[in-house]
Amino acid sequence: MSQQTITKPDPVEIRGSSVRRGDRVFFNLSRGAGILMLAITGAIGVFLAWKAIPSLQSDSANFFTEQQWFPDAVPPVFGIAALAFGTVVTALVAMVLAVPVAIGIALFISHYANRRVASTLGFIVDLLAAVPSIIFGLWGLSVLMPNMQGFVAWIVKYFGWIPLFANPEQVYTKSILIAGVVLAIMILPTISAVTREVFLQVPQGHIEASLALGATRWEMVRMVVFPFGKPGMVSAAMLGLGRALGETIAVALILSAVFEINWQITEPGGNTFAANIALKWNEAGPNGLSALIASGLVLFIITLVVNMIARLIVARRKEYSGANS
Amino acid sequence: MSPLASENRITTEELRDLLAGRRLPKWAPWAVAGGAIALSLLLTAVGLLGGIAQGAVLAGLLFLFGQAAWSFRVEGRRHATDRFATTLIYTAFVVAIVPLVAILFSVIQKGLEVLRPEFFTDTMRNVSSRGTGGGILHALIGTIEQVLMATIIAVPIGVMVAIFLVEYGKGKLASTISFFVDVMTGVPSIVAGLFIFTGLILTFGLERSGFAASLALVILMLPVVVRTSEEMLKLVPKDLREASYALGVPKWRTITSIVLPTAMSGIITGVMLAVARVAGETAPLLLTTFLTQSLNWNLFSGPQAALPTFIWDQISSGTDPSVSRAWGGALVLILFVAVLYIGARIVARIFAPKTR
Repeated sequence: MSQQTITKPDPVEIRGSSVRRGDRVFFNLSRGAGILMLAITGAIGVFLAWKAIPSLQSDSANFFTEQQWFPDAVPPVFGIAALAFGTVVTALVAMVLAVPVAIGIALFISHYANRRVASTLGFIVDLLAAVPSIIFGLWGLSVLMPNMQGFVAWIVKYFGWIPLFANPEQVYTKSILIAGVVLAIMILPTISAVTREVFLQVPQGHIEASLALGATRWEMVRMVVFPFGKPGMVSAAMLGLGRALGETIAVALILSAVFEINWQITEPGGNTFAANIALKWNEAGPNGLSALIASGLVLFIITLVVNMIARLIVARRKEYSGANS
Repeated sequence: MSPLASENRITTEELRDLLAGRRLPKWAPWAVAGGAIALSLLLTAVGLLGGIAQGAVLAGLLFLFGQAAWSFRVEGRRHATDRFATTLIYTAFVVAIVPLVAILFSVIQKGLEVLRPEFFTDTMRNVSSRGTGGGILHALIGTIEQVLMATIIAVPIGVMVAIFLVEYGKGKLASTISFFVDVMTGVPSIVAGLFIFTGLILTFGLERSGFAASLALVILMLPVVVRTSEEMLKLVPKDLREASYALGVPKWRTITSIVLPTAMSGIITGVMLAVARVAGETAPLLLTTFLTQSLNWNLFSGPQAALPTFIWDQISSGTDPSVSRAWGGALVLILFVAVLYIGARIVARIFAPKTR
C-alpha cells in the first residue's frame, strides 16, 4: 500500500474518469436543483394562468372593473375591482402605520440602544415574525377588535368630517382600519429587520466625522444614516408591502367580506384577494375555483412585481438581502 | 490674548458651556418623566381620563413635549429636536413590544384554560362545537407529519441550490437563480397553495391530502433554506477548501466531507427556523387538504387536520367552547414554534465550529 503512494501517479489516472464523473454528477445535481427553483417560479405563473382561462372566458362582466363575485351564477358575473381595492387599501393603511415605527425600531437597535443589549432587542422584535398569522388573526378578532372600538369611535367623533373616517352607521368592528393595524404589526419585523441591517452598514467613519463636526445624534441620523440607508429603507418597505398584500388568514378573520368599494375605512367591509380565496374556496363550484385562481394569479403578479422592484433596488448592495431575517 | 488664557479661574462647567453651549442636567429626562407620570396618574385618579391606556398616552405626550420645551429654552432648537427625535425612537421600540407581549399574554392566559392532559390525547371526533372537551391529537399528528415530509423534501433541494450558488455560482444562471430565490421569499403563502392545487391536484390528479399540503409548504420553505444555507456555506473559510484540493480530493468530495460538515450547525439552525415559519401556515393547507375532526395517520390519503387549520375551524364555529379550544391550539402552536426557535439557538451554539 505504501508502495503505491510513493510511485509517481499516472497523469491519466489523475484525470481518471471516476473523479471527473463524480464531479460532473454532483455539479449537475446542484445545477438541476437551481434550475428547479427557477422552474417552480415559472410554473406557478403558467399553471395559475392555464387554470384561470375557463372562468375568464365565461365571465359576462369585465374582470377588472366588476365589483361583484358570482362566478357560479348563470351567467357568471365577477370581477376583481373590490378585491383589488381592499387589498391595496389595507396594505396602504398597514404601511402608513408600520413604516415610521419600523424605521424607529431599526434606528433604536442600530444607533441608540446599548451595544451589548442591541442584538437581544433585535431578537425580541424578530420574535414577532415567528408568531403564525392565524394567531394574529385570532388575537386581532377576539382581543384587539373589542379593545379598539373606543379608539375608533374617538377617531370617528373628531375626524369623521374627513370622508375617509366617516362612519354614519356607528359600527366600528370588522373594518379595513383594524385589519390594517393587525397587518402593520405583522410587517413590522420584516421592515425593521432589513432596515436595521442597512443602518448597521453605515460607515463608522461617516458617523464619527458627523459627530465630530458638532452634529447632534438626530442630525447625524438625518444627514448620514438616512442618505446612506435610503435604498435599503425603500426596499424594506416594499418587502413589507409584499407581505401585507399577500397576507391571508389574519385578514380573512377580521374583514367582513363585502364586495364593494368603500372608502370609509372605519366601517365594516373590505375584502382582499387572499382572504377571498380562503373564504370562498370550499363553497366554490368548478367555475368558482377557476375564478378564484384567476384572482390568485393577479395577486401573484402584483406581489412578484413588488418583490422584484424591492430586490432590484438592493441588488446594487448585495449584503442588504433580508431573506434570511 | 484670549479671555480663556488670561483668566485662569474658569471652571469646567463654564468651559463646557462656552464650547458646547448650555446643556440640560443629566437628570433632566428622569425629572420630566417623573413629572409626566405623576400628572397623568393624578388626572386618572381624579377621573378625568378614561383608563390606563389613555393615562399612558398622556404621560408619553407630556414627556415628549415637556422635555423638548425645556430643552428649547435652555439648549436651543437643535438639541430640542434631538431630544424630541430620541423620545420618538425609543417609543417606536416600545410600540413594537406592546403587541408582542399582548399576544403572548392572551395566548398563554386563554390557552391555559383548556390545556389539560386530555387536550393532547383526544381528537375532535364526536365532540360538538357547543360542547366542551375534545383535543388536538389529530391536528398535532397532522402538523408533525406534514412538516416532517416538507422538511425531508425541501432540505436536500435547498442545500443543493445553495451549494450551486456558493461553490459553482458564477455567471448569469447563478445570479438569476439567486434573484428569484429572493423573489420567491415574498410569494404569498396562499399562492403556494394555489400552485399545488392547479399544478398537481387539478392537472395530475393528486389527492387533496396531507402530502399535498407538505408540497405547498416545500414551496414556502425552499427559499428560506437556500438563503440561510448559502450564508452558512459562504462562512466556510477558503483555506479549508484549498487544503483539501491540495491533497488531491476532488471538488465534490471536498464539498460533501469538508464544506458541508463545517457549515452543518448553521444549516440546521436555518432549517429549524424555516420549519418554525411554515408550521404555522394556514392558507396553503386550506386549499390542499380537507378538514377533519378525526385522527388520520395516513399522510397520503384522506382528509388530515393540522394545528393551524384546527384553530381556523374552531374560530369559524364561533361558540364559546370552540373559541377557547382555538386558544388552546394557538398556545400549543406557539410552544411548537418556540421549541424550534430555542432549539435552533442551542444547535447553533453547541455545534458552532470551534474558532480559536
